[in-house]
Amino acid sequence: MKRITAIAAAALLAAGAAACSGGGASTGTGPATGAAAQPGQAAAGFQEQHKGGTLRLLAKAGDGTLDPHINYSNGNWQIFQALYDGLVSFRKTGGERSYDIVPDLAQELPQVSADGTTYTFTLRKGVAFSTGAPVTADDVVASFERIFRVSGPTSGTFYAGIVGAADCVKKPAGCTLDQGVVADAAAGTVTIKLVAPDPEFLQKLALPHAAVLPKDTPAKDQGTSPIPGTGPYQVVSYDPNKQMKLVRNPHFKEWSRDAQPQGYPDEIDYAYGLTPEAAVTAVQNGQADWIFDPLPADRLTEIGTQYAQQAHVNALAAFWYIPVNVNLAPFDKPEAREALQWAFDKNAMVKMFGGANVAQPACTILPPAFPGHADFCDFPRQDLAKAKDLVQKSGTAGQEVSVVVADDEVSKQIGEYVRSSLEQIGYQAKLKVISTNIHFTYIQNTRNKVQLSVSQWYADYPAASNFLNVLLSCASFREGSDASINISGYCDKDMDARMAAAMKLGQTDQAGADRQWGEIDRELMKRGPIVPLFNPKQIDFVSRNVGNYQFHAQFHALLDQLWVK
Amino acid sequence: MTSAADKARTAAAGRAAGPSAGPWRRALARLRRNRSAVIAAAGLLLIVLACVLAPVYAGAVARTDPFTSNASGTAIVDGQRVPVLAQSTEGLGLGVTPIGPTWDPGSYLLGADNQGRDVMARLLYGGRNSLLIGLSSALLCCAIATVLGVVAGYFGGWIDAVLSRFFDVVWAFPVYLLAICLSVVLLTSGLHLGPIHIDAGSLALPVVIIALIYVPYVARPLRGQVMALRDKEFLHAAVGLGASDLRIMRREVLPNVLPTVVVFLPLMTALNMLTESALSFLSVGVQSPDASWGTIINDGLALLYTRPAITLAAGLCVGLTAVALNVLGDGVRDALDPNARLRGGA
Repeated sequence: MKRITAIAAAALLAAGAAACSGGGASTGTGPATGAAAQPGQAAAGFQEQHKGGTLRLLAKAGDGTLDPHINYSNGNWQIFQALYDGLVSFRKTGGERSYDIVPDLAQELPQVSADGTTYTFTLRKGVAFSTGAPVTADDVVASFERIFRVSGPTSGTFYAGIVGAADCVKKPAGCTLDQGVVADAAAGTVTIKLVAPDPEFLQKLALPHAAVLPKDTPAKDQGTSPIPGTGPYQVVSYDPNKQMKLVRNPHFKEWSRDAQPQGYPDEIDYAYGLTPEAAVTAVQNGQADWIFDPLPADRLTEIGTQYAQQAHVNALAAFWYIPVNVNLAPFDKPEAREALQWAFDKNAMVKMFGGANVAQPACTILPPAFPGHADFCDFPRQDLAKAKDLVQKSGTAGQEVSVVVADDEVSKQIGEYVRSSLEQIGYQAKLKVISTNIHFTYIQNTRNKVQLSVSQWYADYPAASNFLNVLLSCASFREGSDASINISGYCDKDMDARMAAAMKLGQTDQAGADRQWGEIDRELMKRGPIVPLFNPKQIDFVSRNVGNYQFHAQFHALLDQLWVK
Repeated sequence: MTSAADKARTAAAGRAAGPSAGPWRRALARLRRNRSAVIAAAGLLLIVLACVLAPVYAGAVARTDPFTSNASGTAIVDGQRVPVLAQSTEGLGLGVTPIGPTWDPGSYLLGADNQGRDVMARLLYGGRNSLLIGLSSALLCCAIATVLGVVAGYFGGWIDAVLSRFFDVVWAFPVYLLAICLSVVLLTSGLHLGPIHIDAGSLALPVVIIALIYVPYVARPLRGQVMALRDKEFLHAAVGLGASDLRIMRREVLPNVLPTVVVFLPLMTALNMLTESALSFLSVGVQSPDASWGTIINDGLALLYTRPAITLAAGLCVGLTAVALNVLGDGVRDALDPNARLRGGA
């Protein structure tokens, strides 16, 4: 997921998109390669001797609202892990086990009815918000209704399957889910009913958008006003241009080390405003402990050699790709799309991203080690002669093609490379660089007639549908909308049916479903609505004061688990 | 910029040209005696020549295409074949560094950029665009400003009032802010104004934008000069002889303000070139695949720690050219300034 702002997030809502995109980082899958990576260490008990101190974080700017039902950005989702809880959670640990779903505010994983549409949760007793008020079943019901009342960015997608949600999406202000989310205060249970089985529902519940908040939380974006949560910390001040300050939640008592472990630092100070260059220098000098922003390319070698002990590199469930508009010339011709698959040297793009240890060339839409990934590579290397030949065969040689990229340094470099390669295979190519703030919505809108662009996709949760169904289904394509996450405009009813079948099979046979997703991925690569470029990795650079680094596959560095003492 | 000794030599040269020589010849003679201006002109000529010969350098010497990515390419350095973009192999193996200056004209003399392109070749091609935009926009600016300044100053009254308010409005905006606003808008869809159609990526776009924003800076002094000329006897005589306004402006007024315009030209070229570099640095000037010194500085910014030569080389080119143009402009002013002759003759 990514640092999309509320605008982009709202766009996703309308699109029916289920994941998020942009330049930020997201879920990781591979092991950390940095010297101090310690996946899985959170399972060990709390180490009292490391408790205390102040963790100093840096970012270029704040990442939007503090409202967990609205914010859809990587930066604040990472922080929300220490502030909020849902009924279930991804296990708070490093490594691949961090994809496990564990009970959080619920005592245990829910009872699911035989038809897969009813989930019954029993709430833990004794959990309190940072105000001291206990968490009740009414808070849970109110929180689910609030997701719709504030028109949360994923209310129309992730949670649209709850009974009554369809009406709530249409009329957010008066949303009631009295048939869909039912509380039994006496028994301390909450029952969620779905209109149809959803094998990914628990993963969706583990995201910050399903956080449980006090029932009296106003049904509007709380912006910079902190909302009381149940996590080990609370926000005491937030100015997106200056600083966010977190202190311990006095009412927090660790109830599950898997779901919400006690944090180590007494205070977390998140300062905004430094450029990434200056932030790297601050961490090198021990003036700060961690940087949120991607590291500047010209500092990577220095960090990888002189500060190798402080750098942690982790694979992400993400890819950079070229959405190919299949409805506009010249790429409405299959041969022209196939030409694109042969046109690019992905190793060259990897170099522009920071090198072979920072990214891997991508052959498939689904990232390696991701559910459904099949290990094939039908377009293994650049073949300009073949690409030129296909362009000639398609009868599109000499046509004008423009590539729309965001104005960050890496996107510009990749875009320039794409433009240069397109010229080499016979097109008249132009590069159009637009502000990062509008790029993501601009390339989605069919009115802008974008032929090619460079974009990124970071998984919201580990499911193949979160890539294939979201990016390439008919439902994700909306003409004339800023929220048409199927940027390629690819719509094939047969492929839709195959994806629906794979999702259905996933309810009973995940391995079988994964095989189907792999075949779908391969078929889509042949049809060429997307050119995968590379799978990026996340580099976390921490100060020498920091210990206990753990990389969570979904939410990245577990900040409150870092030792500064 | 010019020293007192230069000025004295300039005035003496004017006298040496003889009383029968025309004012332009006398000015040229004075300019040729101005050492600073001659050195600046020679330096400028060298830069222009080098930039004009960019295709020769790229094709015959460096044998490279400065507009095509070469990220996976190799180069011969000290007899060894090395990758143009070298992956770090130490420590965690993070980062990729382009080849640095080899000081070999045949192989990445000033190194490579992030795309693996030859920086020297791009510098020369970029210089062509920077100089072209600087000069073209200065010519266009001076032409528009001359027309508007002469018309406003000659007619006065409501025409002057309207044109002067237009100058005031343009002048009221900070130059770079106005240029950035215009660029951002026009770079999206190009300029389509009646019969004028300029594509979004065209080099003509920064030329027009830069020319327009500086019009008041040239037009205002010209207007003042023309207003002063209106009371001169020769102008009254022309009116008395029944000459039309157009003829008077063309035959009587224009020759008198032309030296001022000529003085403005090199100075505006320098200023416009700097403005172009600034806009291109901010990604709202010259657009890819074209290059200019501004875009090269921008490209080099991402490599400032590892390959500062890219930014330094382009910055040096901008600086040297701007200094040369300013010194030359000063020399031209001294050569054309009648006061210089008066001072010299005193």
